[in-house]
Amino acid sequence: MSPDQLYGFFLYGISLLTMGGIYAVLALGLNMHWGLTGILNIGIAGFFAVGAYTSAILASAPHPVHLGGFAMPAIFTFPAAMAASAVVAYGIARICIRLRSDYLAIASIGIAEILRLVVKNARELTNGTLGISNLPRPFDWVPGAGGQLAFLALVIVLVLGVYWLAERARTSPWGRTMRAIRDNEEAARALGKDVDAFRTRAFVTGAAFMGLAGALTAHYLKFIGPEATDPLLATFLVWVMLIVGGSGSNKGAILGAFLMWAVWSVSEILAGYLPSELATRAAFVRVFIIGFVLVIVLQRYESGILGPRRGES
Amino acid sequence: MYEFVNFYLIPGLVLGSIYALGAIGVSMLFSILRFAHFAHGDMMTLAAYLALPVVVGLGLHPLAGAAAAALMTSVVALGIDKVGYQPVRARPTIVSAMVSLGIALMIRSAIQVGYGVKTQSYTTGQITPPLRFDWLIVQERHIWIIASSMVLMLAVHLLLSRTRAGKAMRAMSDSAELAQLTGIPTERVVRLTWVVGASLAAVAGVFAAWDTFLQTMLGWFLLLPIFAATILGGIGRPYGAMIGGLVIGLAEELSTYPWLGTEPLISPGYKTGVAFAIMVAILIFRPHGLFKGRVF
Repeated sequence: MSPDQLYGFFLYGISLLTMGGIYAVLALGLNMHWGLTGILNIGIAGFFAVGAYTSAILASAPHPVHLGGFAMPAIFTFPAAMAASAVVAYGIARICIRLRSDYLAIASIGIAEILRLVVKNARELTNGTLGISNLPRPFDWVPGAGGQLAFLALVIVLVLGVYWLAERARTSPWGRTMRAIRDNEEAARALGKDVDAFRTRAFVTGAAFMGLAGALTAHYLKFIGPEATDPLLATFLVWVMLIVGGSGSNKGAILGAFLMWAVWSVSEILAGYLPSELATRAAFVRVFIIGFVLVIVLQRYESGILGPRRGES
Repeated sequence: MYEFVNFYLIPGLVLGSIYALGAIGVSMLFSILRFAHFAHGDMMTLAAYLALPVVVGLGLHPLAGAAAAALMTSVVALGIDKVGYQPVRARPTIVSAMVSLGIALMIRSAIQVGYGVKTQSYTTGQITPPLRFDWLIVQERHIWIIASSMVLMLAVHLLLSRTRAGKAMRAMSDSAELAQLTGIPTERVVRLTWVVGASLAAVAGVFAAWDTFLQTMLGWFLLLPIFAATILGGIGRPYGAMIGGLVIGLAEELSTYPWLGTEPLISPGYKTGVAFAIMVAILIFRPHGLFKGRVF
């Protein structure tokens, strides 16, 4: 293997870990919703989009069509992205949090689709289908692969930070209340817990994580467009990650994210070796596998790899 | 006036009929199996593709294609129920809802692998001129779609109100345990529900493809308005679903009519948002829907 090839593998490894880390943040957010609280959110793409576009608009250079030109550094735009997602989530929670599981699922997917419509149509805000490009990536000034390594380090620090927060939340009295609500809402209510308030807090926190992941993606790819908020990549892949890793477990969410991203990314490369006619079809086979894994794990391996077994919480 | 009827009202009724056929199935499945069937839209896409060899290959009328697709889709739905949903029937129903998301992805990607993503059409090349009655211009297929949807809705009504099977379905929708105690073969009712739901979805899918064109995301785009129609009509209320479907279809089309001045009331880009907006409003103010459905 030539040094060039080796360097290529090295760069690929960095990008694999970076995207895996970003997905870990998403999966931790979803675990806050589903694993801890039992909120069936299939509108992850919506919060992801809000975070990504908030950060992109605040960080972008002036542009003739879309809003921008604030050129703020990431240290401001990332918290702003989280805040924007949290605010949107709070508004949604005010309306929807009292709805039961299936209704909430339908509402969440509907709201995510409305947000995606806004992204596609509000050109003065998001530049429509063309997207916002030339976004600054933090540490890009470091020469060579150093910039990408530094960004990876940032992602890992953020994953650990989010993990620490999520784990604190899970093991705290607040987390115990959340699990009580998830497992028996009436009993929790009878004990005087304000169920809707607890669920709202979990919903808003998880959404803030998803917004952060959106911002990270936008700056990592230096571009954000409507395709990046496609439900397949931004919602269903995250669900499979959490279910495979083990919903209810924060470690499982992280493991599932890295594992499934590796499968997703490597299978894309393998499909690239096929003849072009087959390669386009292989892309859909990958989607099929995502659906298949989701069904099989739900049917046979309820607790995923690291999720709590039946009877323990 | 003629513009309103020709370009907004009739397309609205066509779209509404398609939504209504889908929503009846979603509503019945919800009332019998107690979960939101997220694969309903992709089942419609599948049906539209299954009708392709009948309509284009054999050159038969799309209605014949719809009938054939209904048959085939029912078989597929029964198979999916057996391997997909039956193993998780005893678990919380939310698991079934999530399984249906996985099934939806599998159906869609299987179609994409099998047929590719190129859009296709039932009517290759030939353009049928619309029928004209004085100022009223209407496509022949629109008459077919609206009329056959009405017939099917009547058939559902007769099934539910006049037959033993319909009675069993209604009993199970009220309480599955009680139905089982009184000796109703619940698994058979479940299978019948799948056949009815899948057949209606199949017809709706073929109609949607007939009205526009065939592409692999066809059903996914129909799914959310169908859910909106289901919730608007009240879950578990097939009659509500019919009204709900028509209301959502009309609302989507009429929302782009220039009611005030000359500009469309709502930019066409946001047209699909109308259904979601109605749905969210219903969930806030009237979660039982218009016809006192159930809230689980």
